[in-house]
Amino acid sequence: MAARDRIAEPWGTRTPYGPGESWPTRVDTHLAAGVRTEQVDRWVQSASILHSNGDAMDIAVSGGRIVGVRGREVDRVNHGRLGPKDLFGWQANAAADRLSAPLVREGGRLVETDWDTAMDRVVHRIRELLSEQGPSALGFYTTGQLFLEEYYTLGVIAHGAIGTNHVDGNTRLCTATAAEALKESFGCDGQPGSYSDIDHADVIALYGHNVAETQTVLWMRMLDRLAGPHPPKLICVDPRETPVAGVATVHLAPLPGTNVALMNGLLHEIIRNDWVDHDYLVAHTVGYEELTKQVEDYPPDRVAEICQVPAEQIRDAAHILGTAQRLLSTVLQGFYQSHQATAAAVQVNNVNIVLGMIGKPGAGILQMNGQPTAENTRECGADGDLPGFRNWANDSHVAELARIWNLEQMQIPHYSPPTHLMQMMRYVEQGTIRFLWVSGTNPAVSLPELYRIRSILSQQRLFLVVQDLFLTETAELADVVLPAATWGEKTGTFTNADRTVHLSEKAVEPPGQARPDLDIFLDYARRMNFRDKDGQSLPPWHDAESAFEAWKQCSAGRPCDYTGLSYAKLRGGSGIQWPCTAEHPDGTERLYLDGQFWSAPEYCESYGKDLITGAPLEPTEYRAMNPTGKAVIKAAEYLLPHEPPSEEFPLHLITGRTLFHFHTRTKTGRAPQLQAAAPEVWVEMSVKDADNQGIGEGDVVEVSSARGMIRAQVRISGIREGVAFVPFHYGYWDASGADHQRAANELTITDWDPVSKQPIVKTAAVRVSRVGAGGGNAAPAPTNTASRPVIAAAPATRGGAAANTDEKLAPPGGVR
Amino acid sequence: MKLNLALRELHRAENSLAGDLLKVADRHKVDHEVYHVARDLARWSQQHVHGLVEVGRRYGLNLKDDPDEDSGLLSTVRGKASELVGRRPEPGLVLLADLRHLHRVAAGVSLDWELLAQGAQAAKDAELLALAQQCHPQSLRQMRWANAMLKMLSPHVLAS
Repeated sequence: MAARDRIAEPWGTRTPYGPGESWPTRVDTHLAAGVRTEQVDRWVQSASILHSNGDAMDIAVSGGRIVGVRGREVDRVNHGRLGPKDLFGWQANAAADRLSAPLVREGGRLVETDWDTAMDRVVHRIRELLSEQGPSALGFYTTGQLFLEEYYTLGVIAHGAIGTNHVDGNTRLCTATAAEALKESFGCDGQPGSYSDIDHADVIALYGHNVAETQTVLWMRMLDRLAGPHPPKLICVDPRETPVAGVATVHLAPLPGTNVALMNGLLHEIIRNDWVDHDYLVAHTVGYEELTKQVEDYPPDRVAEICQVPAEQIRDAAHILGTAQRLLSTVLQGFYQSHQATAAAVQVNNVNIVLGMIGKPGAGILQMNGQPTAENTRECGADGDLPGFRNWANDSHVAELARIWNLEQMQIPHYSPPTHLMQMMRYVEQGTIRFLWVSGTNPAVSLPELYRIRSILSQQRLFLVVQDLFLTETAELADVVLPAATWGEKTGTFTNADRTVHLSEKAVEPPGQARPDLDIFLDYARRMNFRDKDGQSLPPWHDAESAFEAWKQCSAGRPCDYTGLSYAKLRGGSGIQWPCTAEHPDGTERLYLDGQFWSAPEYCESYGKDLITGAPLEPTEYRAMNPTGKAVIKAAEYLLPHEPPSEEFPLHLITGRTLFHFHTRTKTGRAPQLQAAAPEVWVEMSVKDADNQGIGEGDVVEVSSARGMIRAQVRISGIREGVAFVPFHYGYWDASGADHQRAANELTITDWDPVSKQPIVKTAAVRVSRVGAGGGNAAPAPTNTASRPVIAAAPATRGGAAANTDEKLAPPGGVR
Repeated sequence: MKLNLALRELHRAENSLAGDLLKVADRHKVDHEVYHVARDLARWSQQHVHGLVEVGRRYGLNLKDDPDEDSGLLSTVRGKASELVGRRPEPGLVLLADLRHLHRVAAGVSLDWELLAQGAQAAKDAELLALAQQCHPQSLRQMRWANAMLKMLSPHVLAS
């Protein structure tokens, strides 16, 4: 065993391996100071909930408290490893300011009460609104961090029992484009590739995916391949000098908002050099002609001008892609939260499709997720889609769902696409959604243009329910606050970005009166006395396992088929990838083997949309285009971004995350090691932009856009010229001043991708003005991530003894 | 040969569609998707106008090459008005009416392109046919967009 400071070395010790070999195990353990292994009473099985990777871990319990975590060696996802957020984030569970009783608003203030009082108010208001206006008055906004059983329950209540079309999750901000890009190309959501593709790939292309910080354990796997024999080549597309960019063979740093132009340029070269797999195209795809026509207009020289990257780099990258033997492509927020999000992500699919690089070891696509349980939000219908990837525009799918729920078909809204979050906010703004139930998310910090969001959520005429662990910025605006139990305090399952389902068991009791989200939703349903067609309770289940069993029935025969899984099967071993059925009891590693897709008109989840206008295709149009269920190649032209820099606001603004935090820091900000590693907001600028304005490392500046202003210290980093970066984690619950000058989203624009409806927070224009010196201190930004300083020396990011982690390596030559 | 008449009429119609898209964008500035997409789609119509001007020269037409763009003060006023009533539900109905209007205008334009394409084939004018084949699908997409937005927004507007 070796102890490592895993704040200073987030990715830990290398365990090199070669192509086709199994990734060696390394078991990471961190216990609270003073706790020895023999003092641990129990190890309780779980997986990580602070990112989307799905790192399996055991929770150490001593004296009824969580005292640490250990990676699960047997698990296919992490082979024992944990990331910094896994190792230290659990401490937030025991934070002193956890909500432990329901709160209701009395005379303008939130006061503690009991569950009966709080739930009576919720039920009373909902009944009033149902009789006054009907289901359209009610909206539900959930998260990517609850459990599968909770989403499915919420979906049944909202879509079935109440019958409102206004249901969405904050997955709209993180993963909506991943889902949409898969629907466009393959007719259905569902991750084509697998993490194990990293073991085989000879080229890994990462598009707007700073995996080193968003999924540290996945990056460990790539680093171990890079350290081993015959390492893969990496292609990195990112305007920042991320750890990925640092080791990439080619690093393309396009101007924000130009991803479609760049992708069209790469495809132009691939097609011009005829690196295309024509047999695959003929046998398994439609739409190639349209693509060739579209990308004709994007030769590297033109693209170089639009994206401001050297044409030679575009040719080099295309050459590596086009001549790859096994190409793994991954995509995340640099594409999903930027201008023309879906159109760009679909072009990544197109690269793999035209090369025939799908469904083979090392050849695949990972349209990534940003959150731990986002996949479940999508498949269970809590993002507004119908459960089981059913198609709202296909009446037979709705009829089947009505049968499963034992409801009249008309009760389930299916007259239009589900109301996405930003549209729900608009209806709240207009006063036509009058009740909003927010669970496990913090829109008052995470949505764009915060001044607007605060003013919408503060309206007297809105009844706002917030269900959370802490009194978040959003909870402070609520009429009723419901205290929820979290990870480690409740049992359930969730599914990561490569379809791996994990069981997470209850380890300790929640604080005070806090209850699992599932119990809260079921309690609400009972109080509303929801019934199915035959007068039976709806939903009919009563706990997590019975909810899981019900979900299995709902998933049967659909792409995300869970029927081969059970709590018993998930207990003890590795997580398992869906679809998992009687025929495939060990799950399914890769989708779309041999060019077989779920895109047949009768079966597909979506008929697709126009990549520019977002208009859904009519069923007849889809039938004509793709009658036999092939992959769909969709082309798109590059459109000018909606807010280009101007004289007044000369820089592009992008926002994003840092390795050490998650979302609005409700948990990571309460874990001392993580909080100390990145304690305060900062803004990154390039050397040239900083020099132009006489700005030095650590200087205090005002960053302003047409919508707002924040103050921060400057980190001069390797970000490309013309672009400023602000991390989005910092809201107001622990801010020193009372003004709203800290959150990145004070600056962002209200605009969304018309196809996926994902807000665009990486394409806005700002001005940076120097206010003064920062007292000689460097910016409070980590030094071992993309925010690494490039000129002035800043104190290196260290965790010290408090961050010590044991790493148990597999014996040399040992076989897993 | 009446192709010049068809060209002149289409030039007028595309210009007016561009203008209508921009007006609707301004009027619904706080309906952000309508605002941004309508402006993107107005650019298609502006490009079509440019194409028609080029082709029109061969038919002895001197068509104006200044498609409707943002009209400065008026545009600002419409945008501000939109923000002022942003908290009220009534603009929901106005938006439905505006989208319905856009759908009709775009449908007219797309039919005109179809007529022009037919005429171009009869006159064996390959250049004109190519222009029609490039522009007609975009007119249809403009029309389908208006239709899709109507379908998406109307259930809530009408039932709330």
